[in-house]
Amino acid sequence: MPTLTVDGVEVTVDPGTTVLQACEEAGAEIPRFCYHERLSIAGNCRMCLVEMEKSPKLIASCAMPAGDGMVIHTNSQKVKEGREGAMEFLLINHPLDCPICDQGGECDLQDQSMAYGSGTSRYHELKRSVAEKNMGPLIKTTMTRCIHCTRCVRFATEVAGVEDLGAINRGENMEIATYLEQALDSELSGNIIDLCPVGALTSKPYAFTARPWELTKTESIDALDAVGANIRVDSRGQEVMRILPRLHEDVNEEWLSDRSRFSYDGLKAQRLDTPYLRKDGKLQAVGWNEAFDAIAAKLDGLDGGKIGAIAGDIACAESMKALKDLMDLLNSPNIDCRQDGAALTTETRSGYLFNSTIAGIEEADALLIVGSNPRHEAALINARIRKRWKMGNFPIALIGEQMDLGYGHEYLGAGPATLAEVAAGKHSFAKILKKAKRPMIIAGQGALNRADSAAVLALTKKIADDFGLLSDDWNGFNILHTAAARVAGLDLGLVPGEGGKAVKEMLDGSLDVLFLLGADEIDTSRLETSFVIYQGSHGDAGASVADVILPGAAYTEKDAIWVNTEGRPQLGRRAIFPPGEAREDWTILRALSEKIGKTLPYNTILELRAKMVETAPHFADIDVVTPAPWGAFGAEGAIEESAFVNPITDYYLTNPISRSSRIMAECSTTFSKVKREGTGTNG
Amino acid sequence: MSQVIATGKAFEFTPENVKKAKVFIAKYPKGRQQSAVMPLLDLAQRQNENWLSREALEYVGNFLDVPYMRVLEVATFYTMYNLKPVGKYFLQLCRTTPCWLRGSDDLEAVCKNKLGISNGETTEDGMFSLLEVECLGACVNAPVVQINDDFYEDLNAKNFEVVLDKLAKGEVPPKGPQIDRINSAPEGGPKTLLEKTGDA
Repeated sequence: MPTLTVDGVEVTVDPGTTVLQACEEAGAEIPRFCYHERLSIAGNCRMCLVEMEKSPKLIASCAMPAGDGMVIHTNSQKVKEGREGAMEFLLINHPLDCPICDQGGECDLQDQSMAYGSGTSRYHELKRSVAEKNMGPLIKTTMTRCIHCTRCVRFATEVAGVEDLGAINRGENMEIATYLEQALDSELSGNIIDLCPVGALTSKPYAFTARPWELTKTESIDALDAVGANIRVDSRGQEVMRILPRLHEDVNEEWLSDRSRFSYDGLKAQRLDTPYLRKDGKLQAVGWNEAFDAIAAKLDGLDGGKIGAIAGDIACAESMKALKDLMDLLNSPNIDCRQDGAALTTETRSGYLFNSTIAGIEEADALLIVGSNPRHEAALINARIRKRWKMGNFPIALIGEQMDLGYGHEYLGAGPATLAEVAAGKHSFAKILKKAKRPMIIAGQGALNRADSAAVLALTKKIADDFGLLSDDWNGFNILHTAAARVAGLDLGLVPGEGGKAVKEMLDGSLDVLFLLGADEIDTSRLETSFVIYQGSHGDAGASVADVILPGAAYTEKDAIWVNTEGRPQLGRRAIFPPGEAREDWTILRALSEKIGKTLPYNTILELRAKMVETAPHFADIDVVTPAPWGAFGAEGAIEESAFVNPITDYYLTNPISRSSRIMAECSTTFSKVKREGTGTNG
Repeated sequence: MSQVIATGKAFEFTPENVKKAKVFIAKYPKGRQQSAVMPLLDLAQRQNENWLSREALEYVGNFLDVPYMRVLEVATFYTMYNLKPVGKYFLQLCRTTPCWLRGSDDLEAVCKNKLGISNGETTEDGMFSLLEVECLGACVNAPVVQINDDFYEDLNAKNFEVVLDKLAKGEVPPKGPQIDRINSAPEGGPKTLLEKTGDA
């Protein structure tokens, strides 16, 4: 444990700590550009120079390991001059175009040149200029501004696992570029915008739309996948201008996937901003009362068995609780939150959670992925798996579709037969699992949306039981969800009651009234005979078949709880108000319940949350993963021959918000190799 | 300007070069085969008329299981790799101070007047390319021009023209000093230690 003195303060740090980290521990601020705590050390910007006694020159603190007895000065005259010098060199070729630069106001170079620069320039020669590079529809480049910190290259190589970004040429001619000027094909590419300390890489969709100081920043939760990434929604007036990640070590670290980051323009398109009622075969805008009256008339005297409800993938916990309670009051057992028909049941909570937790991946020592492409289903979890893989000694095997995950893995087979082989201990990977101290299994929705899914689930459970995936402090059984709403839905019991119908049966047209709470990823072709009520934010597949449309709020427009795939309830906050007549979803259900004479027993969101806690106590513990006890789930049975098919065919278009987004459509044409036949957003 | 030029023709090592490449790879520990990227690029360049096409770069990348971008980074960093076609004779003219003092400007003028090429250009017949480079480390025989793999030293406008004429005719003039001296020994023979010692 080296002990060193920084500006007269003695600190003891772990071996392997750098001088820069030791300085921070001692409370000294060290300016830096190339150093980033989640990337490898480059040591090429020279901004972090500090003075070390007995060293003739200033040292680059980011690259110098802290040693015992070092005496460091961070505020001496020599350091001040060193920083000024480094700053002057960096600014030699940096254009002074801050007024037209999108980074202005949140630029490391701007801030640090104010704080540590000399204030004047002695450089009269011409500055170099660099051609702009094409990096795809998300990243705007102004490479003249680049200071060659190589954070973006290191991020792409180390975290995202794409080796397309690099530095070509050398010296003054060095340029950051992608191979053959291809777009950067990664689900995490947007993070290099955050990492860039200058305005060389900025957000293309956000370009020239706002300045950071005029934005209202709301800390919220992403709802476009089941990771529950912590986000900051930047809004101006009643418009979301951009979405940025927020630090949460246990969930997303400080990254955000592209779909979550760039779908925000979908919040402004295809919005349902007033109630609609189908009159003479056409949807017509009506008032709330008229819409409610139409529903009340339809429900009047109807048997509960003829009513059904499906909760969609982005629905918040509050609205699902209200929906569940309303269906109970209507005596209907037909309710389901598993749009894709996943064979998950509610009896054992650990049977549908990512029990190891996302941060727990880093402690695992073997991994079997079944029927999942984490790269598309949860890009941030994939980044965590890659992080663990890079540490070494982490054998990974895959059963399902063959694909590039961004890390080395053994491909075992395509379908449940291989899984059965592993479960029976006949496969070579079974030995690796057996030997591992903290093995993990991740089952994706591709393994769970099949006819034989209960049996597949039982097989994964058998692996968990037989191969030591469970110990006192470790649960290696994981379900990877794709929908932000799914875990909360299961927690709150949104599954068919006794004799109730599941999604598939509800969609065959046998119901008189079907309530869709933001459910769009369903087969709506046989719903003509049903009276469909669609409550949601976007005019997508569900709204197009609806007889009544109740306009709801998108995830940025309401205070609500989402539970991520780990089972971590997180609080999203409202950044802007819903457009037009649209309302927060639980209030719509509350108002409707009053209209049909089955008033829900809560008047405020706090009362509603209290009810949620009654049903599922963990809702009281925001941002806490409550370990779920192991129990029985799945059902042994025959398995089919067919291969696992991953649910996501196009990463950029998985939900109504992304499907309404122009940016995501552009990404889809650029990156997705799948052929699409219409997006379903045209109604 | 594009980073690399594609020829549309597939590139593949000759069996002989595959053997050589394997020797280079064997010099590094197992799993560290990417360290052999520089010798392999050189091999590829020699096989591909002294320049690296996109196909050659990607072939090396695939051969070593290294991402193409990493190969390109190396290839663009070092001036010894040519990323566009060069002439049959690749003239690397040293312009650093000793050669410059000894008349490298004259050699440049020869290229300009005789061959009609300036720095970075290739003659129309594809015979000669000129590149100005920094010190080649043969200052004692300045000025010097490297033609493909060989140094032609102690040049002046006259004997440089002779060398170029011979090359154009398909002859290979002897490499080394182009004046009457051996390596860096004095011109016209030894100047010191002329008397024999021993039995006198």
